[in-house]
Amino acid sequence: MATYDFVFRALGLERWCTSGGDNAAPMSMEALVAQSSGEEASTSIWELPFPSMDRLNDACQAFPQSRNVTRGLEQGFLNVKDSMSVVLDPLTQPLSWMLEAALYGILNTPWWIVIPGLMLIVWLVSKSWQLLAFVAISLGGLAFIDYYSYAMQTLAIIMVCAFLCVLFGVPIGIAMSRSDKMRAGTIPILDMLQTLPPFVYLIPLIFLFSVTEPKLYGIAIILYAIVPVIRLTDLGIRMVDESVIEAAEAFGMTDRQKLYGVQIPLALPNIMAGVNQTIMMSLAMVVIASLVSAPGLGVLVLRGINNLELGVGLVSGLGIVLLAVMLDRTTKAALNRINASQKG
Amino acid sequence: MIKRSEKNTKIAIRNLYKIFGADPESVLGYVRDGMSKAELLEKHNHVLGLNNINVDVKEGDITVMMGLSGSGKSTLIRHLNRLIEPTAGEVDLDGVNIVDLSGKELRRLRREEMSMVFQHFALLPHRTVLENAGMPMDVRGVPKSEFEDEANKWLDRVGLKGVGDQYPFQLSGGMQQRVGIARALCSNAPVMLMDEAFSALDPLIRTDMQELLLELQSELQKTVVFISHDLDEALKLADHLVILKDGYVVQQGEPQEILIAPNDDYIVDFISDINRARVLRVRSVMEKTERPPENPAGEVDENDNLESVIARSEGETALTYIVTRNGKQIGTLKMTNLVKALVPTAASEEGLRTSAV
Ligand SMILES: Nc1ncnc2c1ncn2[C@@H]1O[C@H](COP(=O)(O)OP(=O)(O)OP(=O)(O)O)[C@@H](O)[C@H]1O
Ligand SMILES: [Mg+2]
Repeated sequence: MATYDFVFRALGLERWCTSGGDNAAPMSMEALVAQSSGEEASTSIWELPFPSMDRLNDACQAFPQSRNVTRGLEQGFLNVKDSMSVVLDPLTQPLSWMLEAALYGILNTPWWIVIPGLMLIVWLVSKSWQLLAFVAISLGGLAFIDYYSYAMQTLAIIMVCAFLCVLFGVPIGIAMSRSDKMRAGTIPILDMLQTLPPFVYLIPLIFLFSVTEPKLYGIAIILYAIVPVIRLTDLGIRMVDESVIEAAEAFGMTDRQKLYGVQIPLALPNIMAGVNQTIMMSLAMVVIASLVSAPGLGVLVLRGINNLELGVGLVSGLGIVLLAVMLDRTTKAALNRINASQKG
Repeated sequence: MIKRSEKNTKIAIRNLYKIFGADPESVLGYVRDGMSKAELLEKHNHVLGLNNINVDVKEGDITVMMGLSGSGKSTLIRHLNRLIEPTAGEVDLDGVNIVDLSGKELRRLRREEMSMVFQHFALLPHRTVLENAGMPMDVRGVPKSEFEDEANKWLDRVGLKGVGDQYPFQLSGGMQQRVGIARALCSNAPVMLMDEAFSALDPLIRTDMQELLLELQSELQKTVVFISHDLDEALKLADHLVILKDGYVVQQGEPQEILIAPNDDYIVDFISDINRARVLRVRSVMEKTERPPENPAGEVDENDNLESVIARSEGETALTYIVTRNGKQIGTLKMTNLVKALVPTAASEEGLRTSAV
C-alpha cells in the first residue's frame, strides 16, 4: 500500500500498527488530497517521499503524525500554564501597575505641564537648542493633529520598559563581565532573544497572561529590548583599559570601588549606546505589541491596516518616526556629552 | 656615602619563580633543575617569567632593574605588590612575606606601603587631575575636601600648579606622567614602584623627569624600584643596578662595578655603547692608598667623572692625581689607568660586538 510498509513489516510491527489503527488521528493533508483524487501513491524512485512522520503514519496507523507533536506541545504548555501563572503572575504584577500608572499619569497631566516637562528633560540631557526646537515642533505638531494622547501613551510605555531594561540589564551585563561562565551561559539566550521574530514572543505570553493585562506587552517589549543594554554593558566593562584597572588595584581599591569608581564610569559610553538601542527596540516592539492591546500610535497603525485607512496609518507611522528621532537624538546627545568629558 | 651593607633592607626578594602557563607547579621542578626559558617553552609549553630571583632592595635607594624587552622586568616589579602571584618564593617587605597576606592586608599594603607609577600613566580619564592626584587618599575614604590640599601640594611639587581642574587628556604626556608621580607621592607610601615610568616620553622631557625624580629623592628618601631598558637612564638613577635576562639576574651591584667588571657578554653588549668617560667616577678606577704620590698633578674628588679629569689633564697621560673624599686623600689616580678604563672590557673583541648588532 504505502511506500514504507516494508519498514514495519521488516520490524515485525504489523500487529502494533493495526492495533492503533482505529485511533482518531486527523488525516494528513497529502493523504486527503491523494484520497480525493483517487490516485495510488506512486512507487517510482523519482517520487520517493522522505520518511517523514506523516508518510510513516500512512504505512502504520499507530505511528504519530507531526501534528500530534505540535498538539502535544500545546497540551504540555496548557498543563504547566496554571502552575507557571501562579509563580509568574504575582512576580510580574508590578509591571502592570507601573504601566497603568504611567499611562494614567501621562494622560491625566495637562499638556501644558507634560510638554514643557519633556522639553526640560531634553534640555538637561542634551544642552542643545536645535534638538530642543525639534522636539518642541514635533510634539506641537502631533498635538495639533490630535495625535497627542496616542504619542504620549507610546512614550509612557517606552519609558517604563526602557527603565526596567536598564534596571535589570546593567546588573546582568556587569555579572557577565565578571564571570566567563555566566557569560557563556547568557550569550545563547541573548542570541535567541535577538533572533526570534518579534511576533513569536507574543505566542507563549498570550497563553500565560490575559490579553487585557498591560504586563503582557510589557514583558514582550522588555524581553525584546533588553538585549543590547546587557551586551554593551558587558562589552564596555571588558573593554576598560587594563592599565587603568591595574592602577586601581595597585592603589588598593576594593572590587566595589573599582566597579563604581572605574569600570562603570569608563564603560558608560558603551552602556549609553546600549540604552539608546534599547529605547529604539522598545519603540519597534511597542508597535507590534498593539496586536495584544498595547495602546498608543501602534493602535492607529493597526487600524490603518485593518480598515484600509491609508491616511491614519501613514500619519501615525510618521508620528512613530518623529518619536524615534527625538529619543535617538536625545540619548545620542547625552552619549556625546559623556564621550567629550572622558576622551582617552 | 653609607655603605650598602649598612643600609636597612626594605624589600627582600627570595628564590622567586614565576612560570606562566596551564600548570606552572608541574614544571617548576624542571626550572629548578636548570631548564632554560626556550627549552621550557618548546617542551612543556610554559613561559618562564622569573627564574630564581634574589635581590635586596635597600631603604632609601633607587634600585634599577634593567633588561631587554621580555626579560621579566614588569613581571618582577608586579610581584612586589602582588599584582602577579609568584609560582614559588617569597617577597619580604620589612621582614613580612607579602605572599602570605590576606586580601585585606594586601589592600592595606597597596594603600599605605607602596605606590606605583606606570609606563602609560594609567590615569583615570574621567577624573580631574586633582582627583587623580588625590586618588590614593580617595581610595582610603578621605573626602575630597580633605585631600585637596595634599593633592595640590604634590601637584605643585612636580611642577603642575594650576592644572588641577583639567582632565588628563588635556595634558601632554610629560605632564600626565607628572600627575602619575604626584599621585604616587600623595599616597605617602615609603616605597615607590616605577615601571618604565619615563619610557613613553620624549628624550628631553625624559631628562627633565629624571632630574625631577633625583631632586624628589634627595628630599624624600623613598625606597624606589625603577624599571628601565635604557642604560643611560639606569646609570643616572641607580644606587643599585640589577640586570635581568630571560627571567634571571645576570649581574647586580653598584653601577660602577658593573661597568668596570661586567661578568657576561650580554652585559658587555649592553654597556659597549655608552660614554664611559661621563659615567665612570674617579673612585672606580683609582688605586686605594693613603700615601701621597710623587709630584702629584693636583687633587680630584672621588665622585668626579673621568671626563672632567681628562679635561683638566688636557690629554696628558703621564700625570697622577690625588683622590680625595671630603678633602682627605683616599687614593691616587694614574692617567694611564684612567685611559685603560675607557676601553670597554671586551670592546677589543670586535667580533662579539658586531655579532650582537
Ligand atoms: N600573562 C602572561 N602570560 C604568559 N606569559 C607572560 C605573561 N606576562 C608576561 N609573560 C612573559 O613573561 C616574559 C617577561 O615579560 P615582561 O612583561 O615581564 O617583560 P619586560 O621585561 O617587562 O618587557 P618589556 O620591556 O617589553 O616591558 C615574557 O616572555 C612574556 O612573554
Ligand atoms: Mg614591561
